[in-house]
Amino acid sequence: MVRSSCFSGLNPGRLSLALFVLTLIPALPISSLQAQEKPYFVTYSHDLEEPGNLEIETKTALGRPADSHHYGALASELEYGVTGWWTSELYLDGQTTGQESTLFTGFRLENRFRPLMREHWINPVLYVEYENITGADKNMLEVVGHDGQGDLAELNADTRQEHEHEAELKLILSSNLKAWNISENFIAEKDLGHEPWEFGYAFGASRPLRTLGSGKPCIFCLEKFTAGAEMYGGLGDVASLTLADTSHYIAPIIGWQLPKGRLSFSTGFGLNRNSLDRVYRIGWASELPQISTWFRHNGGAR
Amino acid sequence: MTPRNCRTLGLLCLFIGAALFLGAASSSPWAKIPAKDHARTSPLTSRPDSVSAGALIYKENCEQCHRADAMGDGHKKPALRTERIKSATDGDLEWFIRQGDLGHGMPSWSRLPEAQRWQLVAYLRSIQ
Repeated sequence: MVRSSCFSGLNPGRLSLALFVLTLIPALPISSLQAQEKPYFVTYSHDLEEPGNLEIETKTALGRPADSHHYGALASELEYGVTGWWTSELYLDGQTTGQESTLFTGFRLENRFRPLMREHWINPVLYVEYENITGADKNMLEVVGHDGQGDLAELNADTRQEHEHEAELKLILSSNLKAWNISENFIAEKDLGHEPWEFGYAFGASRPLRTLGSGKPCIFCLEKFTAGAEMYGGLGDVASLTLADTSHYIAPIIGWQLPKGRLSFSTGFGLNRNSLDRVYRIGWASELPQISTWFRHNGGAR
Repeated sequence: MTPRNCRTLGLLCLFIGAALFLGAASSSPWAKIPAKDHARTSPLTSRPDSVSAGALIYKENCEQCHRADAMGDGHKKPALRTERIKSATDGDLEWFIRQGDLGHGMPSWSRLPEAQRWQLVAYLRSIQ
């Protein structure tokens, strides 16, 4: 098979539209993002969105399954802090595959709750998500069951016909210890149609490169960078709770906090033959502070 | 809807309900500061740059709610120039910043490294 270049087969009109939308983001009344947000792409820590804030985040995954075309998948995320212990999110997913097509692949609604009001050595968070996506989704926001690169190699024309209504539960355990964050996620996902429960995991650890604030507004100070790694993969399903035919990744990550947002990057390395060789991820997050005050007649901060 | 879907939906409702119930059950954390934390002193008191560093951390993380003058919004976002804060120990303040008050909208700032929380304490002290 002739290898395509990364962007061959993309629709130039759609690409231009996507770039135009991205250029609008800096024009929004965005504040500096809160310090030390974790740069994970798959793993969740116990950090929730601050109440009243709206975070806009994009996560892009670039990969190429064996004997198939390059693809780029974009998940756009709106995350709102409802209370100090409850964060709600909407994801809009899409993907484009070289020499095939560009698709909107569905949406996800998720909620995260902190059941314990105090900070502990290990802090649990309960995660509930509803997904309405097609089989063409390639964002890999989690890896469960027997997910593998074979699923990502199927033709868009076929997979777009598969509609999946899924519920996903996660138990998030997370600790902030000596400037390190260590997070463990245990995932259970259920296709509400006919599939069995599938399981997966994600672990992450990260740390700012400098813990003491320099006291100067700066872009390249070490405290603006957070480095770490995450590991994630599938654990089979109810019928076969096994590592056989599952995929697993380990991914060094780096996050860079900029005045108007946070840039994150990771390269995931597949750990077995069922995994992609590499998956590159790029994330950008910006925050709109206290948007609830925008709609008040009195007391608005703006 | 099949019985299996009903079970799944029921499980989801139970999950959400438990989280909401536990989340709502909260009380003021000021009264619960452990003696060990109350007695802690800032390790950065000898560093003169702590206040300016804390000011920047405040600007990046706290100002959006508590305002630039730290007087809050007079409503849900409280002022930070108060007798309660003035009389609190360094340890009390660091503990409160770390714990937050999730039930009343104050996030936990355990995500900030401990050194930066102490810098923030130094800044809060300086504005009283």
